Amino acid sequence: MTGSEFVPLSLVPMLIGICVAVACALPGNFLLLRRQALIGDAISHVVLPGIVVAFLLTGVVASVPMLLGAAGAALVAVAAIEAIRRLGKIEPGAAMGVVFTTMFAGGVLLLEMSDTSAVHLDVEHALYGNLESLIWLDATGWSSLLDPQALAYLPVELPRMAGALVVVALFIAVFWRPLKISTFDEGFARTIGLRTGPLGLALVVVAAIAAVAAFDAVGSIIVIAMFICPPAAARLMTNRLEAQVAWSVLFATVAAVSGYVLAGYGPLWLGAADSVSAAGMIATVSGVLLACAALMGPARR
Amino acid sequence: MSVKLARDNGTVTDAERRLASPLAVRGLTVSYGQKPAVFSVDMTVRAGHMTAIIGPNGAGKSTLLKAALGIMKPLAGTVTVLGQPVAWRRDHIAYVPQRASVDWDFPTRVIDVVLMGMYGQLGLLGRVKPKHRAQAMDCLDRVGMTDFATRQIGQLSGGQQQRVFLARALAQGADLYLLDEPFAGVDAATEQAIITVLKGLRDAGKTVVAVHHDLSTVRAYFDDVFLINTQAVAEGPVETTFTEENLQTAYGGRLAGAQMDALAETLVTTSAGTSAR
Repeated sequence: MTGSEFVPLSLVPMLIGICVAVACALPGNFLLLRRQALIGDAISHVVLPGIVVAFLLTGVVASVPMLLGAAGAALVAVAAIEAIRRLGKIEPGAAMGVVFTTMFAGGVLLLEMSDTSAVHLDVEHALYGNLESLIWLDATGWSSLLDPQALAYLPVELPRMAGALVVVALFIAVFWRPLKISTFDEGFARTIGLRTGPLGLALVVVAAIAAVAAFDAVGSIIVIAMFICPPAAARLMTNRLEAQVAWSVLFATVAAVSGYVLAGYGPLWLGAADSVSAAGMIATVSGVLLACAALMGPARR
Repeated sequence: MSVKLARDNGTVTDAERRLASPLAVRGLTVSYGQKPAVFSVDMTVRAGHMTAIIGPNGAGKSTLLKAALGIMKPLAGTVTVLGQPVAWRRDHIAYVPQRASVDWDFPTRVIDVVLMGMYGQLGLLGRVKPKHRAQAMDCLDRVGMTDFATRQIGQLSGGQQQRVFLARALAQGADLYLLDEPFAGVDAATEQAIITVLKGLRDAGKTVVAVHHDLSTVRAYFDDVFLINTQAVAEGPVETTFTEENLQTAYGGRLAGAQMDALAETLVTTSAGTSAR
């Protein structure tokens, strides 16, 4: 494929896919080790009612209100999960299950009852997103990456997702040591003065930022997969947290790139006429990577 | 059950003892739900001594430690370190939690766990330099675990895990060491290694407080005892306070006669109820 074809059609979706995958996989490492992996799943479901409510209030599908609505819904969900867990004395996994299914179902009902037929907001979009449609028509080739005029028409999802990735990566880098200590031994972490409560909440908020930013571009399925599959596969490759996080970034990137390529060309290679959903294929590849790690990873137990 | 010392004895007052104590607890009450786990407990640890916290299962021993450290939020009470709030003196305190309280499958190596004890030195972003590694290796050496420095922690035996936890506490370079059942489920060699290290700390002027289960070793291992059964029962030097009467009060008659007979040699036979120092 030449640059004049690749850059406008495939470069942007691929980069967005990589940003989504890495931004979700990074906090996913800690959520997994804290036995909170389902929280990513929960967040990616609960943002739906927030986005629908934002649309109903503003009447437009614009990114800022949708992000705010999604963030609001995510915060409501985090509070509800904590409340149910503490007041109901229910284990965290079950509390999340109750909250995220209820809120997602509520979002679907809201979506069906409201008139969103004129805009691009439906249940399918919420699940698979629309990675393939994020093309960069103003690009003519690799040289467009240096052309300010063409860059001005870069799909807005790319800088937004890249920004989310930067926020996530900075948080993990700066709070690496407290996150590691408090994930391993929360009681000890408190005795050395680490504020484990706010830190745990911040981790969930950062995961929510990644999930909300990713939701619009790629839907919830890929978000769920990326929170869990790359970190879980990485855990099977090594017994060091530092190496685990590096492996998870590698797996996330491989899943994003190869998933996108396989979705676009795989069916053609097999003689079928149409391509398949990139988000679905990326999630599938990440699952296959996890299966391979489970069968062959050097740090299996 | 607070200890009353008269001024005219020429001895210090309670308030003065608390001020000088590396860990003084007053009126501490902690509850899980409705039922208090620790109720209105006063404890004044003597500096430079080893204190055993003993009492039956569910008596609030671990809870007392956790609340004193601020891991759990008490309903009431104050905790002071040398007269100051415990939160101000965190760098003076090292804590060894119960071994079973963490997930030993966590992806990290022995040396990394010891380095966690140096967070106070390293801070949020400080680089781990060779001198920090050397310091961590020295702590591992003191518990006889240098050969295991690069092992994954899940590959260790229970006794080895306990030694790693102790090495992490040593790395904190504290003056006060609080240990929650350090001898639970460890082999005899580890028990010896740990008690040697703890006595070494005491001899170097540090203060050691441990939740302890094995009544038969109290006399051999510790200077002071603190008996608790939700409320404080007694505190003082082993020679005067580790009595059959106090034990029966703390254990509520749950110690069978046979157990008492086995303990007879180590128990104090005087009838000194609560102690005077």
